[in-house]
Amino acid sequence: MGQSVPRVEDEALLRGRGRFLDDLNPVPGAAQVAFVRSPFAHARIDSVDVKAAAEAPGVMGVVTGAQLAAVCAPMGAVIPCDVPYYPLAVGSARYAGEPVAAVAARDRYRAEDAGELVVVDYSPLEPLLDPLVAAGVGAAYIGAPSGAVVSDRTFNYGDPDAAFEAADLVLQRRFRFPRWSGAPVECACVVADWNPADRSLTAWANFQGPFTLHTVAAAALGLPASKLRLITPPDSGGSFGVKASVVSYIVALGAVSRILGIPVRWTEDRSEHLASSSMATERITDLTAGFSAEGRLLALRYDTVEDVGAYLRAPEPASLYRMHGTLTGAYRVEHLAVRNRVVLTNRCPTGLNRGFGGPQMYLPLERTMALAAARLELDPAELARRNLLRADEFPHRTASGGLYDSGDYHACLDDALAAIGYEQIRREQAAARSGGPAENCRAVADGRADGGSVLGGVRGVDGVVGCEGGGSTLGGVQGVGRSNGRLLGIGLACVVEPSVSNMGYVSLAEPPERRRVGLPKSGNSEAAGVAMNPLGGVTVRLSTVPQGQGHRTVAAQVVADELGLRPDQVDVLSGFDTHSDAWTVSSGNYSSRFSGIGAAAASEAARRLADRLRSIAAEHLECAPSDVVLRDGRASVAGHPAGGVSLRRLAGQAHWNPESLPADVEVGLAVTAFVSAPNLQPPNDNDEVVAAAAHGFVVDIAVVEVDPHTAELSVLDYVTVHDAGTLLHPRLADGQVLGSFAHGFGPATGERVVYDKEGTLLTGSFMDYLCPTAAEVPPLRILHRETPSPFTPLGAKGLGEGNTMSAPSALANAVCDALGIDDIELPMSAPGIWEAMRVKGLLRSE
Amino acid sequence: MRGDSVEVNVVVNGRVYSEVVEPRLLLSDFLRHRLGLTGTHVGCEHGVCGACTVLLDGEAVRSCLLFAVQADGWRIETVEGLADLEKLHPLQESFREHFALQCGFCTAGILMSAVDCLQKNPIPSRDEIAELLSGHLCRCTGYLPIIDAVEAYAHGEQETGRRQ
Repeated sequence: MGQSVPRVEDEALLRGRGRFLDDLNPVPGAAQVAFVRSPFAHARIDSVDVKAAAEAPGVMGVVTGAQLAAVCAPMGAVIPCDVPYYPLAVGSARYAGEPVAAVAARDRYRAEDAGELVVVDYSPLEPLLDPLVAAGVGAAYIGAPSGAVVSDRTFNYGDPDAAFEAADLVLQRRFRFPRWSGAPVECACVVADWNPADRSLTAWANFQGPFTLHTVAAAALGLPASKLRLITPPDSGGSFGVKASVVSYIVALGAVSRILGIPVRWTEDRSEHLASSSMATERITDLTAGFSAEGRLLALRYDTVEDVGAYLRAPEPASLYRMHGTLTGAYRVEHLAVRNRVVLTNRCPTGLNRGFGGPQMYLPLERTMALAAARLELDPAELARRNLLRADEFPHRTASGGLYDSGDYHACLDDALAAIGYEQIRREQAAARSGGPAENCRAVADGRADGGSVLGGVRGVDGVVGCEGGGSTLGGVQGVGRSNGRLLGIGLACVVEPSVSNMGYVSLAEPPERRRVGLPKSGNSEAAGVAMNPLGGVTVRLSTVPQGQGHRTVAAQVVADELGLRPDQVDVLSGFDTHSDAWTVSSGNYSSRFSGIGAAAASEAARRLADRLRSIAAEHLECAPSDVVLRDGRASVAGHPAGGVSLRRLAGQAHWNPESLPADVEVGLAVTAFVSAPNLQPPNDNDEVVAAAAHGFVVDIAVVEVDPHTAELSVLDYVTVHDAGTLLHPRLADGQVLGSFAHGFGPATGERVVYDKEGTLLTGSFMDYLCPTAAEVPPLRILHRETPSPFTPLGAKGLGEGNTMSAPSALANAVCDALGIDDIELPMSAPGIWEAMRVKGLLRSE
Repeated sequence: MRGDSVEVNVVVNGRVYSEVVEPRLLLSDFLRHRLGLTGTHVGCEHGVCGACTVLLDGEAVRSCLLFAVQADGWRIETVEGLADLEKLHPLQESFREHFALQCGFCTAGILMSAVDCLQKNPIPSRDEIAELLSGHLCRCTGYLPIIDAVEAYAHGEQETGRRQ
């Protein structure tokens, strides 16, 4: 543990021998499904004529929404919602791209051909597209008697009114975080095989969890959970939250298989994915913040409108409540007021996306901190320093009930400031603004903690360009001849990254009196199995459904540590089967839960197996089990590594000669362990919740330059400092940071889901939905601190989402700083920056 | 539109294949579902993501933008042909050393593009590597480890060449 061993996943993937679901053929002869989708954002479905399609060559059958609804219940929602959600539209279509009918044929080409022959009579209805209109008093959502607002809750913690009254500075501003989507490169894939003999469904899907949704799918199909066998493939091509929504298609394909009496399969294409998978919520936040004259953040008031799209799909409105224990960010704030409105619009439903509510929450908070610093005439880093929680304040109870486990936020901030060479860059910026030369150019290099890479390589400049007589990085920028009046900006973001979510937090969307009616939900638990075969080989089974994070590699490490083996002596299986693996409703791959709880389950199972081996060995070694050490594949007496007995011998004994085992040793060398994260109680009657078990910390500092002629944004340098507790595998941790950053950089600079005024999707291909490429994502410098979590078994915290939360804020702060403006719209594309510069008179012609 | 089936003769990774296909069958579907070469992945079917990149007579092409019949008579290399049974291609080895893949879905296409580009420009600068990678989407790695892997491989090959 803690070593960056090579990934066990890689060789097969590099050879093209991965086993992704579309590569596999679990049910030979399964018919291929194509969906007929609504071209309208909102329309009544008057009729669906499938006759021509059903008679087309190669077609096995066609299923409409009405047929599906005859065998399925609506998909269960987290809170009551008037609008039933079926995976095929029933009665009306509520967003462009919604599936209306499914055609099954001998191959996909014929299925798509036949899909064009399905005649749907639509009566277009007025679409509701603007979340703020939806949130207005009495806004109607057709088919929803109680309107477009599905949840409207207010929360008060402390005495926010009095705190605002006492504040010397009160800032109020509106922030809009746009829709985006994680868009994994592999799309969804489902194979479904209905067995009429025992009325059961076996489904294979590149689903990522949480397995709460297994229950939702079984209920929708009218099946006891034991009759829905769900199997995930060994490899999955990224998910970033999005593939939680595959559950809708598990139900759809299951219903199609059942209705047609044949096995079916479907692989989503990219246009389907961009129109109809799962978006991140668009969120409009009016944030009010009260500060003392000295810059103490006294109180926050969030007034939030959260757009979940056409249906309230489980687990929404979790995007909104995931951060509820973290609304005060990294700061010491006692007074907090919140109003949360969840609204329906005629757009694709939302769901898990990397960051999951964090980017939307931190943009208002961290922009406000930057705005406040300017009003208070404080440097943003100084304002942060005055408000960050101190290392001696942990564990810290937040105003809304969150429990931060550990950290040293000031040290992380200092690391980041030193690494970026903060003071010198501020001097350079001041010099650029005044149009004069920078003072003390050499100090830039001297002030940098690592002396390592130059400012983002000063993109476009070959090699390191120094200013006269020194290795200054900003000097390098001067070297390209833009020393005067350059638009340089520096952006800071400090974010607390929650991981290992409390399964009960989303019930905050309902008031306490309604929560009391239902079964309370809490916790986050995980299972893993470790078995030793008769020759001493070790096999591990995970229920964490990895999608590229390297769970197999890390599980091999933690299990090897417990058993005294090398990681390459441990085989870890990542494919998952609800009918043969141990799991919990919280199993799966989300809320950065693997290092905090998933790896811990594997470690715990291995520890118990090691205990069993020590007990068997103790008889051979004539010592107490507690004196037995497992190392290098042998069991020996502590302090006497030379003697001992091999694990292979012990395994052989346990399998072949169980009669010889000590009386108190359980027969068998297979252990399944369940672990549960502590402190995750259901929300209490005061609406306080510990929404996550572990809380990492991230400080980002971005240095950007905006071209005064073209409005092009360049990231000159970007430093991120993480404290995610104990790092189980440092290189995999860095990989998560890099990927998470790219997912934050996307919506900050180019990614946005765009609909026209009719509700038609304009970003339906990768030519319009602009994921950043290698040419856009800037170099990132990563530093770590490791303050172990006292709450997770291995001391590890999640770190897969922090930079998705922080990067949009840091970059927005940097751009606003460069341009001297208060507002910027995300994504900060060149046209948007251009417009902001035009208004401000910053554009320069040649 | 469907039409009469056509015979396609191709040499893929050194093996001869003769198949009868509909003219509209995409080369990507032909490789994956007819020949069982599922190492080539499909991420967008409109030529942006690059996951389906293969070499057609040595040139990197998007197999989702070609019909199988267009490859008739040509030599194709897919990711399955890069390594031998014993060991990985040194570029693949460099990807492993640099943690240049996570889910691995985009990797095959990137490897094939890189092989093509490095034949034409054996020692690219980092900017040139970023440029060559800009025809590929990777959502996991943030690209930097991939740039590192390609750069290290290119420079390693140069060293090897010098030694020889």
